[in-house]
Amino acid sequence: MIGRHGNKVRASIAEALAPLEDGMTILVGGFGLSGNPEALIAGVVERGVRELTLVSNNAGNLGKGLATWLRAGIIKKVICSYIGNNQDLHTRMASGEVKVEITPQGTLVERMRAAGAGVPAFFTPTGAGTVVEEGKEVREIDGRRVILERALHGDVALVRASKADRFGNLRFWRTARNFNPVMATAARRTIVECDELLDNGAIDPDDVHLPGIFVHEIVHVPQHENAFEYKTVRPRP
Amino acid sequence: MTWTTEEMARRAAQEIPAGAIVNLGIGLPTLVADYLPPGHAWLHSENGLLGTGPFPYEGDEDPNLINAGKQTVTVLPGGSTFDSAASFGMIRGGHVDLAILGAMQVSETGDIANWAVPGGKVMGIGGAMDLASGCRRVIAMMQHTTKTGEAKLVPKCTYPITAIGVVSLIITERGVFEPLGAGKGFRDALH
Repeated sequence: MIGRHGNKVRASIAEALAPLEDGMTILVGGFGLSGNPEALIAGVVERGVRELTLVSNNAGNLGKGLATWLRAGIIKKVICSYIGNNQDLHTRMASGEVKVEITPQGTLVERMRAAGAGVPAFFTPTGAGTVVEEGKEVREIDGRRVILERALHGDVALVRASKADRFGNLRFWRTARNFNPVMATAARRTIVECDELLDNGAIDPDDVHLPGIFVHEIVHVPQHENAFEYKTVRPRP
Repeated sequence: MTWTTEEMARRAAQEIPAGAIVNLGIGLPTLVADYLPPGHAWLHSENGLLGTGPFPYEGDEDPNLINAGKQTVTVLPGGSTFDSAASFGMIRGGHVDLAILGAMQVSETGDIANWAVPGGKVMGIGGAMDLASGCRRVIAMMQHTTKTGEAKLVPKCTYPITAIGVVSLIITERGVFEPLGAGKGFRDALH
């Protein structure tokens, strides 16, 4: 018998993505193009699965990242918080090719935190008195109007970490952390793309950002594009 | 009297107490940071950064160190990074003292509309609803009227609402205003 936490390191992106199937709900870390699992995102298009439900804050931008999934026509539904200037999503939403569910960003992440922590639903004040209430139970608790929001589970989460050890303990870099660790907790199978792969023990237990219990497969990808969306700088004095 | 956007930002900066945790919304409110003395307040970016610093020097920019507007930034000594759940927990949990947000309409009961234009392209909600309903104090910073001259300080919002009854102060190019409640309009807090 082999437990779920035996050998997690995979030799290739294709091997790591082999369990994907048509129609799955896939959680993908990143805030815009920051902290994207770039090689896994590209690998899903090559893998050829379709009819996916994508959960992501932005679903790509500037034709990059998850916008490549939209262009490949493999998504039937997107659950996100912000579209902004993501033209690939705007056009497909307008044509009806892709169904889009927009949710407040804090609610989006809390729904996944709840899923990972075994909480099926929770009441939140965010969105009270707005269109977000539509079709949901609304109550007053402690004098505040609150909305019942449900946990959001994924079949698979694709996560980008800066460092992973072989058990899957993770560290993240700066604001590339964003949705990544929360999504890792909310999926039945979490696949991690790490910049650096380390031996167990190389990350001090007190310095682990996400414990390896939430990680099932690891691929080492040393090179990343790390695209800028808005490069803003000031002149040197 | 008509303020420039710089004067509006300078006035908004006066509303930030020393040692406060502040979230500056995308657009006009980001200018407020330029008028805060160094070390005066801690800027929170909802993508997971507290202690947001100025734009990096040319050549030092890191695509994985950005603010909520996806601009490259720096992190100040004492700053920290964290995941989105912790970040929105800070907002929803009332740990962020003040949000200065752009707005399309604010009503006399303090309702704010700043995420969608009726009939316009849907840009999404992002952190707007969490910030407006979760931060301890909300200031709206906006032009006084629309480009076609319609009032943005209104008895009741006609644009899709972001949060109800949350705005306590409005800063426009015409001054500083307080919503007074249903049927009571706005108080001109400058004159």
